[in-house]
Amino acid sequence: MSSESSKWPLWEVFVRSRQGLSHKHVGSLHASDATMAIANARDVYTRRQEGVSIWVLPAEAISASSPADKDILFDPANDKVYRHPTFYTLPDEVKNM
Amino acid sequence: MDLNQRFEDYIAADQKIEAKDWMPDDYRKTLIRQISQHAHSEIIGMLPEGNWITRAPSLQRKAILLAKVQDEAGHGLYLYSAAETLGAQRDDLMDALIEGRAKYSSIFNYPTLTWADMGAIGWLVDGAAIMNQVPLCKCSYGPYARAMVRVCKEESFHQRQGFQIMLNLCEGTDEQREMAQDSLNRWWWPSLMMFGPNDESSTHNEQSMRWKIKRFSNDELRQRFVDMTIPQVELLGLTVPDKDLKWNQSTGHYEMGAIDWQEFFNVIAGNGPCNKERIAARKKAHRDGQWVRQAASAYAEKMRTKVTPNQTNAA
Amino acid sequence: MTKAQHFEWLLSLADDALILGQRLSEWCGHAPALEEDIALSNVALDLIGQSRAILTHAGLLEGEGRDEDRLAFFRSDREYRNLLLVELPNGHFGDTIARQFFFDQFAMIRYGHLAQQTFDLEIAAIATKALKEVRYHAAHSAEWMIRLGDGTDLSKTRIQESVDRLWPYIGECFEAHPILDAAITSGAMPDCKSIELTWKERVSAVLAEATLILPTDDWKQVGGRNGLHTEHLSYLLAEMQAVPRLHPDAKW
Repeated sequence: MSSESSKWPLWEVFVRSRQGLSHKHVGSLHASDATMAIANARDVYTRRQEGVSIWVLPAEAISASSPADKDILFDPANDKVYRHPTFYTLPDEVKNM
Repeated sequence: MDLNQRFEDYIAADQKIEAKDWMPDDYRKTLIRQISQHAHSEIIGMLPEGNWITRAPSLQRKAILLAKVQDEAGHGLYLYSAAETLGAQRDDLMDALIEGRAKYSSIFNYPTLTWADMGAIGWLVDGAAIMNQVPLCKCSYGPYARAMVRVCKEESFHQRQGFQIMLNLCEGTDEQREMAQDSLNRWWWPSLMMFGPNDESSTHNEQSMRWKIKRFSNDELRQRFVDMTIPQVELLGLTVPDKDLKWNQSTGHYEMGAIDWQEFFNVIAGNGPCNKERIAARKKAHRDGQWVRQAASAYAEKMRTKVTPNQTNAA
Repeated sequence: MTKAQHFEWLLSLADDALILGQRLSEWCGHAPALEEDIALSNVALDLIGQSRAILTHAGLLEGEGRDEDRLAFFRSDREYRNLLLVELPNGHFGDTIARQFFFDQFAMIRYGHLAQQTFDLEIAAIATKALKEVRYHAAHSAEWMIRLGDGTDLSKTRIQESVDRLWPYIGECFEAHPILDAAITSGAMPDCKSIELTWKERVSAVLAEATLILPTDDWKQVGGRNGLHTEHLSYLLAEMQAVPRLHPDAKW
């Protein structure tokens, strides 16, 4: 058997730090399967009570936007300031809106 | 816009470079070299302290030391992961280490001879490491900077536990105090060497500073470390093995004696007291573990082909 | 149960955890993968933590001023009450996993009972906490048994050999002993037979999934509970106890 087959795939780890918050990417690790990836993530990334829930997914399963497309993807939102509540000035009499 | 220009603009504006951003080849190479050396240092660094886990003199000390050395494994892992975002493979980096092609911090090639060395390593070696690492939390490469934030958070317990060991020894019996002094004598100079060669002879300094991978020079950090540590040495009632050390009122810094760079380069070149044992231990662990890693891979492959995995819903 | 018996019984619980924790800690820095290094250290830390709590409790019960460290570092091998199983050398990763798997399954059942009993409420509290830890250990070791058993031909051969090699040391987990009998009579422990039955059932299920064969040989190596150990324990203790014994008046 080649030494190639002793290499474990890379997994990305997401941890929910506490109930009510969303899972956040914390790093990656190697594991042979999903069960091991969760166990390893628990041991590697939550040794100091950092989490209440763990997601793992194979790194190769992630599709990412291209950095080269940053301009076309995100710049067009620049001038849509009217999407933000601060765009609107309200008369002082309106206290809460 | 020109890619290189965009990269330079990012660096100038203190923006982080992320894994998939374009970056000059040399920046990538420099980072892979530095991050992997750093990761190797964590992994090799487990060995001199690991020596003493089974001999820790109290159960609490045993638990603390084990947790500490375990953290080093975690730090190595965070760092290898950061290197992997740059396209390096952990297995290749590991191969380079066990085949003697990679460097790591030369301090771990010194032997741990007494329990006091657990104190000195935590206090001085981790102290020096923190001094080096805190600025790396602001390094221009995002994944490295984020890994370092995590590492630094965990390291501060390491330094404190080391200092506490020294403090207990210094407040203890005569033999314990001697043990502490002996340990300081052996670890002081190697700790100062951890900051690397003097600025005028350091090869990687300038470019790394420009790229904001490195933020302070070797000598600056070394000076800071000495200024911070000497009062702690005094508090412990110990003396550093440097007869030329003196306080300079006008600069507000300590002046230190000359470092024996011959020794430093000798250890780097592989001739330290424990270089061969350290590499041999890693090589053995890696080779002995091969059948285990293969078995896990083979089992995972069987499960993949046997049934479609029963995915639990993301919660 | 007399106080002396109670004390001895607590030592047997603490020593199982301490000696196995000490053994596992030898792996730190040498495991087959970085992730597994961290996992084994976590198990070791849990076991050492359990032993500390139980030793402290035992020392208070004894009332002669012996704290956890006094009990850990200043007892000889003859005074140690652990199972022979836990003192056996680590061997290769498969040996360590098989030993851990057998012990975890036993510890899980034992702590399960200890958490429920009312004879010793302090132990019930310690067991409640330990049970969570041991459940995790048991999952970890069982998963590895399956990966190694149903992995490659080589791993299957090796782990089966580990199982066979360790098998003679299993019987001691369920062996009657005067101290244990006293604990059973006091309601602190269920009878050995019921533990054994549950253990066999769970172990068989995992071994079957791992495509491994449960040995049928019923020869038992015993003696640990009486302080008669294998040749390995005194080496382990010599290493573990060297520093405090060299400086008996020192605080660390």
